[in-house]
Amino acid sequence: MTWIPEVASNLAGKVDGVLLTITLLSLFFFVLITVILVVFAVKYRRKRDDEETPYITGSEPLEIIWTVIPSILLIALFVYGFVVYKEMRTPPADSVDITVTGKQWLWTFDYYNGKKTLNELYVEQNRPVRLVMMSDDVLHSFFVPGFRVKQDVLPGRYVQLWFTPTKIGTFDIFCAEYCGTGHSVMLGKVNVLSPEAYDIWENGLPGEGGGAVASLPPAELGEKIYKEKGCNACHSVDGSTLVGPSFKGVFGHTVELADGSNVDADENYLRQSILEPQSQVVKGFQPVMPSFKGILSDDEVTAVIAYIKTLK
Amino acid sequence: MANHTIAHDVYVPFLEKKGFLSWILTTDHKRIGILYLVSTSLFFLVAGIIALLMRFELLTPASDFVDPHTYNVLFTLHGSIMVFFFIVPGLAASFGNFLIPLMIGARDVAFPKLNIASYWIYLLGTAILLMALLKPADTGWTFYTPYSATTNTDVVLMTFGVFVLGFSSILTGLNFIVTTHKMRAPGMTWHRLPLFIWASYATAVLQLLATPVVGITLLLLITERTLGVGFFDPAKGGDPILFQNFFWFYSHPAVYIMIIPAMGVISEIIPVFSRKPIFGYKAIAYSSLGIAAISFLVWAHHMFTSGISETAAMIFSFLTFLVAIPTAIKVFNWIATLYKGSIQLHSAMLYALGFIFLFTIGGLTGVFLGALAADIHLHDTYFVVAHMHYVMIGGTVMGFFGALHFWYPKWFGKMFNETVAKIAWFFIFVGFNVTFFPQFFLGIQGMPRRYATYPAEFESLMSLSTYGSWILGFGILIMVINLISGLINGPKAPANPYNSLSLEWQIPSPPPHENFEEIPQVTDWTYGYGKKKELEV
Repeated sequence: MTWIPEVASNLAGKVDGVLLTITLLSLFFFVLITVILVVFAVKYRRKRDDEETPYITGSEPLEIIWTVIPSILLIALFVYGFVVYKEMRTPPADSVDITVTGKQWLWTFDYYNGKKTLNELYVEQNRPVRLVMMSDDVLHSFFVPGFRVKQDVLPGRYVQLWFTPTKIGTFDIFCAEYCGTGHSVMLGKVNVLSPEAYDIWENGLPGEGGGAVASLPPAELGEKIYKEKGCNACHSVDGSTLVGPSFKGVFGHTVELADGSNVDADENYLRQSILEPQSQVVKGFQPVMPSFKGILSDDEVTAVIAYIKTLK
Repeated sequence: MANHTIAHDVYVPFLEKKGFLSWILTTDHKRIGILYLVSTSLFFLVAGIIALLMRFELLTPASDFVDPHTYNVLFTLHGSIMVFFFIVPGLAASFGNFLIPLMIGARDVAFPKLNIASYWIYLLGTAILLMALLKPADTGWTFYTPYSATTNTDVVLMTFGVFVLGFSSILTGLNFIVTTHKMRAPGMTWHRLPLFIWASYATAVLQLLATPVVGITLLLLITERTLGVGFFDPAKGGDPILFQNFFWFYSHPAVYIMIIPAMGVISEIIPVFSRKPIFGYKAIAYSSLGIAAISFLVWAHHMFTSGISETAAMIFSFLTFLVAIPTAIKVFNWIATLYKGSIQLHSAMLYALGFIFLFTIGGLTGVFLGALAADIHLHDTYFVVAHMHYVMIGGTVMGFFGALHFWYPKWFGKMFNETVAKIAWFFIFVGFNVTFFPQFFLGIQGMPRRYATYPAEFESLMSLSTYGSWILGFGILIMVINLISGLINGPKAPANPYNSLSLEWQIPSPPPHENFEEIPQVTDWTYGYGKKKELEV
């Protein structure tokens, strides 16, 4: 593990420059202060109770020195931090706009060509991206450590954030502003694709994620949605318990709910759990699942149910 | 410095009277100080135990000890109790009450009845908080809207408790300001005042001016929740950022309400155990006022990622850098005081030196967060958690423990076991660093704060931090046992065990009911240690 995440955007290296400069200056002053403190504490340690000490009450030159030097350094750091910040806040004119919506507890991404993805952001390497973001409910914060960018996402108002991804790969998206019970599972990924791969993804060829594929049989489409829309982050298909109950064997069985009642897990139960998850929380689990209303179409919900049915 | 005599035949220590009513109805500033000391210390221990539970949950990435909602409630309680019930009133009200009249040569504060009324208000606030525990809030101690306006936990009762508590803080501040102006003994000029008084004075001004703002803000939030008036919730036509502006307009100065009294404590302890005058008295005294003044103008540095304009961010970043300067001046002056001293590493002195070391780390890491570009990456990560704890524990709590050990003989007339105190200090110092230093690295790597569960890549540093919390908890346990057993069977304390020149040490331990038989005539400042040369410096 390195001390700082891999530099994966055009801005990251600049932010690291600020971080490194402050780190070095801080280390210098920290070592200076600590060494003097320890040396004094050892050197002037009381040996006899009647030791004579000098009557020194201060020194104007010293006060001036240790006021002026830190002031100059601090103002320089302020300017450095501000200059880089200004750049972080000024997207280039040719950037690609992607609309980001935060809601408890997921991210959705809308692209210019009508594509829509959930928790997985797809961007092209070396092409500036501007995210236009809004929240559906409470405050969230869009944070990609690898890109060194962060912006709080507010309800009722657009905010923006930009970066140029420079490394191909997958990078974490964290929600950094506390947003309730599921705050720590509001996670996403940025997939930085090479121009060729991005081209394929953009045109929606099968196997590259995102687009609805109508030609698949329902259960297979359901499995695809299960993986692509992030169901797999919380629901296993092998019976193991993650954040939510496993899909394995759930269909056709009786489920005990948090309020003590029992329901039969039929198609309507599954549909309601996907669209209004808080209405029927399974006993022993937290009410942290986001609603997929407006995110999955009726056909897609049906497909997911068809997939769950196959998991006996 | 003081030339007065004490008639020992009539000496009755202030602790002599027994019984519940003699405490709850007292107007003696020293007894009120003890009331605050006991209450705030209990809250410190409760909130500390909550912190240990949180760290235990964070030992592993998964949610296996408490569920996420419970974890969120725990960090809300930890923050709210620590901030509002311990740190704000901790040093300022307990040691402020005990020391201000003693140090300025007065028999009590200016308004003794208002003083006990302030404590009753504090109790009322705590009672309301305890009621809120039936369905405790899960908003974090910052109560950010719109989440706090929509969660179905008891935000109203909890914020109302904090609202009530604010009055205690405001009235105490008012009392101390008037006391410092009007009750100083003859000859106790402003530039002879002990630096703890300067610090308490700056703190009192902040309490008086800043606390009403948080009171109004929480009242607006309560109005929004109960009457549906849209101040902060955009769904009702409000602005969530407005809440943050209001909240930090109080809560940033509040950081200095918490730290400035501790700086005052350090300025008292270091000269006594170095046998040297404090270096740069005026620089330290006026830097307290400087910090207090600038602290009103930096609140939005908590909001650099919130969507404020670039111009606002620039101004607040600049002012934030300015506030670092008076803080640095203090550190340099404390260290210069040690020069050519005769340093005794008493436990109180160890806490003071520990303060300088840890507070320096806290201050320097604050520079990272003041620099705009760096803050964008570090904001709302564990870096902030670590920075804030280095200032609040490394600073305020170290100052609080230092004050406890330093004035313990004076306050209670007993001595604790010094060797055990040093052992406890060692565990606290090591445990604190093991707990919080790794969190700087967690934050730089991107670990967000307030996460009930976390990605596996952070596990090694997170569990190291948890192990540290056990060492820290163990150290505090030893300290508490040592201080309590000193009360029960410690040897009797002399009036002035450290040969201090400050007024409070010139009277018996514990002090008599009205402190001074005769109001002392002050002829010199408090820090006249060491051998003066022929020519005055």
